[in-house]
Amino acid sequence: MKEILLGNEAVAAGAYAAGVKVISSYPGTPSTEITEAAARYERIWCEWAPNEKVALEVAIGASLAGARAMTCMKHVGLNVAADPLFTSSYTGVNGGLVIIVADDPGMHSSQNEQDSRHYARAAKLPLFEPADSQECQDMVLAAFALSERFDTPVLVRLTTRVSHTRAPVALAEIQEQAVKPYQKDVRKHVMMPAMAIARHAAVEQRLVQLGLDSASGGLHEIDLRSGKLGIVTSGIASQYVREALPDASVFKLGLVWPLPVDALRDFAARVDRLVVVEELDPVIETEMKAAGIACEGKALLTPLGEYSASLLRRDLSGQPDPESALPREQLEAAPARPPVMCAGCPHKGLFMALSRLKLIVTGDIGCYTLGAINPTNAMDTCVCMGASVGMAHGMDKATDGEFSRRTVAVIGDSTFLHSGMTGLLNSVYNRSDSTILILDNSITGMTGHQQNPATGRDIRLHEAPAVDLEALCRVLGAASVRVVDPADTWQVEQVVSEEVARSGVSVIIARRPCALIPTGKGRPENAVRLDRDRCRRCKACIRIMCPALTAGPDGYPVIDPNSCNGCGLCVRVCRFDALKRGGEQA
Amino acid sequence: MISKLDLVLAGVGGQGTLVAGKLLGRVALKAGLDVRVSEVHGMAQRGGSVITYVRMAPNVHSPVVEPGQADFVLAFEQLEALRWAHLLARDGVLLMNMSRVIPMSVGMGQARYPDAVAAALQQAGDGRAVIRALDATRLAREAGSEKAVNIVMLGAMAHFLDIAPDVFTEAIDDVFPLKLQGINQKAFQAGFAIMKENTGA
Repeated sequence: MKEILLGNEAVAAGAYAAGVKVISSYPGTPSTEITEAAARYERIWCEWAPNEKVALEVAIGASLAGARAMTCMKHVGLNVAADPLFTSSYTGVNGGLVIIVADDPGMHSSQNEQDSRHYARAAKLPLFEPADSQECQDMVLAAFALSERFDTPVLVRLTTRVSHTRAPVALAEIQEQAVKPYQKDVRKHVMMPAMAIARHAAVEQRLVQLGLDSASGGLHEIDLRSGKLGIVTSGIASQYVREALPDASVFKLGLVWPLPVDALRDFAARVDRLVVVEELDPVIETEMKAAGIACEGKALLTPLGEYSASLLRRDLSGQPDPESALPREQLEAAPARPPVMCAGCPHKGLFMALSRLKLIVTGDIGCYTLGAINPTNAMDTCVCMGASVGMAHGMDKATDGEFSRRTVAVIGDSTFLHSGMTGLLNSVYNRSDSTILILDNSITGMTGHQQNPATGRDIRLHEAPAVDLEALCRVLGAASVRVVDPADTWQVEQVVSEEVARSGVSVIIARRPCALIPTGKGRPENAVRLDRDRCRRCKACIRIMCPALTAGPDGYPVIDPNSCNGCGLCVRVCRFDALKRGGEQA
Repeated sequence: MISKLDLVLAGVGGQGTLVAGKLLGRVALKAGLDVRVSEVHGMAQRGGSVITYVRMAPNVHSPVVEPGQADFVLAFEQLEALRWAHLLARDGVLLMNMSRVIPMSVGMGQARYPDAVAAALQQAGDGRAVIRALDATRLAREAGSEKAVNIVMLGAMAHFLDIAPDVFTEAIDDVFPLKLQGINQKAFQAGFAIMKENTGA
């Protein structure tokens, strides 16, 4: 019987079957579950690296040492890893090297909607694009074979819908892979100009060979039906094509880069009209046009968001959608459920304090980015991992120090270790007066609780060395390093006020574990209780937007004892002493 | 035996839609069908609206159930029924748990939780769909845990399906650890039985 696997789990299964020895990754939705699933195979060395650049470098080292190696990241992670990516194209591999990159069309959980296929073109690397879980496994296996055959790193591009869909997989046979002998090869592995000049020529030649090989080795599927309409497509878009356009002839690409140009030209000759269906950017379309193959694409179909069968019917076939039994127009609109900080979230109190201080806040990537929206509205910027620290310094210099008296950078523990540390070093070195708040919740929260170098556990939850954040910031040169409890909003306000006024770089570590880390304290008997006689229905507690505390029909707050974790934030904001922590006398 | 089924599981983070989707994947395999279970991760623990699409057929392509396509909408609370009702196909079945999870905007008094959702759905359906409300949360509690509300909903759906019940009961044992199997088997039976009572069948 087949297994039902997430696309991400199937990637891990493919890596296991391919005999992968080393996987190093940094978590990022929608790629995170690949490395988590791989960690269940004991034979594979799996690790969380502090960032994607380090992760890819680990994988390159493992590959050159002779083992099959893999790294997995989300699209924006590949930007961080782009430096080693481009030059690993020149060094080539010893053991197979595969880089998994998961794009997020529709931005379910991302700060941009970039199309990572551009990296394949730019770094001159082959790229596979699976369309379901079975292909995730099979194309990872094919990617390792291609990597060793052509002496190249290979990209496998996923999208959220493939990563997070479960589908049947016939598990592949396990290939035993011995670690290949290591050979010192300065001309191939030391990329300085004299050697790199020769390697660039080899890379160009390899790309031509890959293009020629693609027609037979690219795992393409050609399905000839009607001659009226032909579709060239790949990945998840191919599934919507088959759904919406059952009569069309379809050339479904497996290897999306480099294209099998001659095979596509033959296909084009068999149809009256040729349309390229690809989510996001016109990568395939542009290349086909450059090769002189007439086709349509983005003139008909949007470069924005995810596609669907319905979208293709509307824009390509004009076929009507199925009729809904309960059309939207006939129903009242349902109030939205935007994401909010959890009950007991340590970030909530911190942002309440920042909001009261009316500071400029340069923000960063994590759950705490929610501080930018209601109820605190206490964040001015969010660009990329680690940006908060450098941006606060830039604001300081742009205003000759004026902004540093009313600006803080806010960054999580994992994000700080990812790429905030180098920003701190820069701020110190270049005599900044900026203030940096590290929100240390003892976990990588947003992606679903992964360990990091500060948590004291590795990916398999074994004990691991934990970096001492205070010592780290001191040794990087911070003039002041203080620790506060973010639930104590008054203390936060006081310490932040003092530190923004201080010259030199200040670091404040707001330390309290994520509310979703089980502590045993979140029991109903520890929930906050209401003293109705004292409550004046002022709604101060309602305004903190805690999911465990809502306004009842009579205006009194209602506390859900199953959701409340007893953090006491609402108790602190109540001026009438009407809310009591669990265990206190009402 | 069924040959094709498109359904959506609509709930709020933490209500068990992901586990229910996983279980239906097992059901499809046992029924000899291809299957896709499409999940939305990331915001699941943060009080967000969570939807899982399940499609089974001899060959499934798109993992997404689109408007007017769902044979079943299983809504784990009332507001989510309203939000995703438009996915229901003509002659489809919408099963709604009567519980309410109050969204933040309503909790803060900025929006209103719609009342009489079941009646509104009946009226909009105008005989083109089967709409049934049940107190799945109570049935789950009686079976041993409120967390089994997802399995009560699957039991209710199974009443309408031509799938041998032991396909579901085997899948429950596949998906849950031993100590939770009893509760979930009971929850499944409770959901199945309540639909029988209501139809008088």
